[in-house]
Amino acid sequence: MRKAFYDRLAGLAASDKNLYFLTANLGYKFFDDIRAKCPGQFLDVGVAEQNMIGLAAGMSLCGKSVFCYSIIPFLTMRACEQVRMDVCYHNLPVKLVGMGAGFTYGQEGFSHFGIEDMAVMRAIPNMCVIAPDTIENAVRVAELSVNFPGPLYIRLGRAGVHSPDRKATIRAIGKASVLRKGSDCTLIAIGNMVPVACAAADILSASGIKAGVVNMHTLKPLDTTFIRTSARSGRPIFTLEEHSIIGGLGSAVAETLAESGFKGRFMRIGIPEKLDGTIGDADYLCAHYGLSPDKTARRILKALRK
Amino acid sequence: MPSIALLEKMSSGVRKDVLDLICRTKGPHIGPCYSCVDLLVGLYFGGMRIDPRKPASPDRDRFIFSKGHASPALYAVLNRRGFISDKDLAGFAVNGGTFQQHPDICVKKGIEVSTGSLGHGLPVGAGMAYALRKDKNPAHVFVLISDGELDEGSTWEAVLFAGHHKLDNLVLIVDYNRMHAMGPSKETLDLDPLADKFRAFKWSVRSIDGHSSRDIGSTLRSLPFRKNTPSVVLADTVKGKGVSFMENSLHWHYACPCPEERAQACQEIGERRK
Repeated sequence: MRKAFYDRLAGLAASDKNLYFLTANLGYKFFDDIRAKCPGQFLDVGVAEQNMIGLAAGMSLCGKSVFCYSIIPFLTMRACEQVRMDVCYHNLPVKLVGMGAGFTYGQEGFSHFGIEDMAVMRAIPNMCVIAPDTIENAVRVAELSVNFPGPLYIRLGRAGVHSPDRKATIRAIGKASVLRKGSDCTLIAIGNMVPVACAAADILSASGIKAGVVNMHTLKPLDTTFIRTSARSGRPIFTLEEHSIIGGLGSAVAETLAESGFKGRFMRIGIPEKLDGTIGDADYLCAHYGLSPDKTARRILKALRK
Repeated sequence: MPSIALLEKMSSGVRKDVLDLICRTKGPHIGPCYSCVDLLVGLYFGGMRIDPRKPASPDRDRFIFSKGHASPALYAVLNRRGFISDKDLAGFAVNGGTFQQHPDICVKKGIEVSTGSLGHGLPVGAGMAYALRKDKNPAHVFVLISDGELDEGSTWEAVLFAGHHKLDNLVLIVDYNRMHAMGPSKETLDLDPLADKFRAFKWSVRSIDGHSSRDIGSTLRSLPFRKNTPSVVLADTVKGKGVSFMENSLHWHYACPCPEERAQACQEIGERRK
């Protein structure tokens, strides 16, 4: 996903000398294309995330469009205050590209998990948050992000996942993509959980449940128009995210639903607030915390039968 | 280039303005303001290539006031340099006014970067210097920090970066008053030997009297100190400089003068002016 993302940007950078790509000494091989095509636009700042964000803000104040790369917690939390003050308060077109949504880094452990980042980034004024689910959508986000006028956090996840028919489904930042319609309930998913939502919908259909699936790729600005429309139907709504259930997609959707007078069933499916120390790869951890297609479908079914 | 006498007179005027601003708003930080007044005057009157009539000129020198808590000193200098009006200045720290306690880019008027959180200025300045050099822009980037900001890891990340990348269009000025917010720097976190630290990070260093208009002027006229090397000015300063009872006193990091203290301060500043 990130290789495809940066390869697409390499193509764009060749014709835009104001595009710069910073990394805090991570992303081995992923910048090869950029380094080959436009070496002067690539900068490895060393293992110094706070400085990277400050540098990006300074470069942006001098007219550059800057992408900053690191692993999610180092990018969004180690340098959080620089993001808040230097980038977001100045409303600069700096893009933060975070790798490792949710449990993507699996066996690397807690230090590398991206499970609170959306909550943190969403709360910062001016910051927009987008999480592509597939290689094709990551490429699409790369294209959409280049001329994005303000701060943008791009949350990348699992490698090797393709869209159905290998076609991008994201049309615009801030506009939810309906992947399938369903008359019994709506699954609103983001990032890694979009393919899981589709797989869960397949399982549910075997039980006679028609579940609609929506890719809510942009957490902020949230497509509240879509959510209000869904609310009016009164159908049960489930949110799916590989992120803490605190502060992410579930919270954002719940805020809109609560204010729209929604009376139907609503449930957040995500990572519990507290992890139990289980170790494993991404799929293992997702299953352990109830985020595999099977377990997700079972939880939804149980909720619908209550 | 203004004469030394004129610069000194300007500094006294700025100290008086700062006194007025702080007494009017009952605000803190008069000590940190007074330690950097002479540096600010040196920068804005001859040291930097800037023009208040062309505040967005692409090749203007950039200034980042990283020790944002001393903003009254900055506002007073910007006012005297023609970036902000008397009316703007009257809106300092009043509800619905123009300027808050920390510099804010939203008000423009010569403020390049919003500050207030310590340790942010140098990384942003290094980014500016890097981008300007890419564009072959002749502008310099000046960053003024407090010595307390040298406690911040982010500052040293940028020090390392600027030395490595040979940013000789970057100038760091340390307002080295040796007084942190809770006590002497020596007791809080000893920064010495500071010049050696910067040299070890591939910077060229000048230590100067941070209250000597002559020293400040000649130092700013000899930039960069060495080609392909960022420059740092270690400006020896005194917190509260210019008012005897405020000098080197931690109390005046926080306190606002009462009417009697104000009168005495005013008199001392006036005497210096003569």
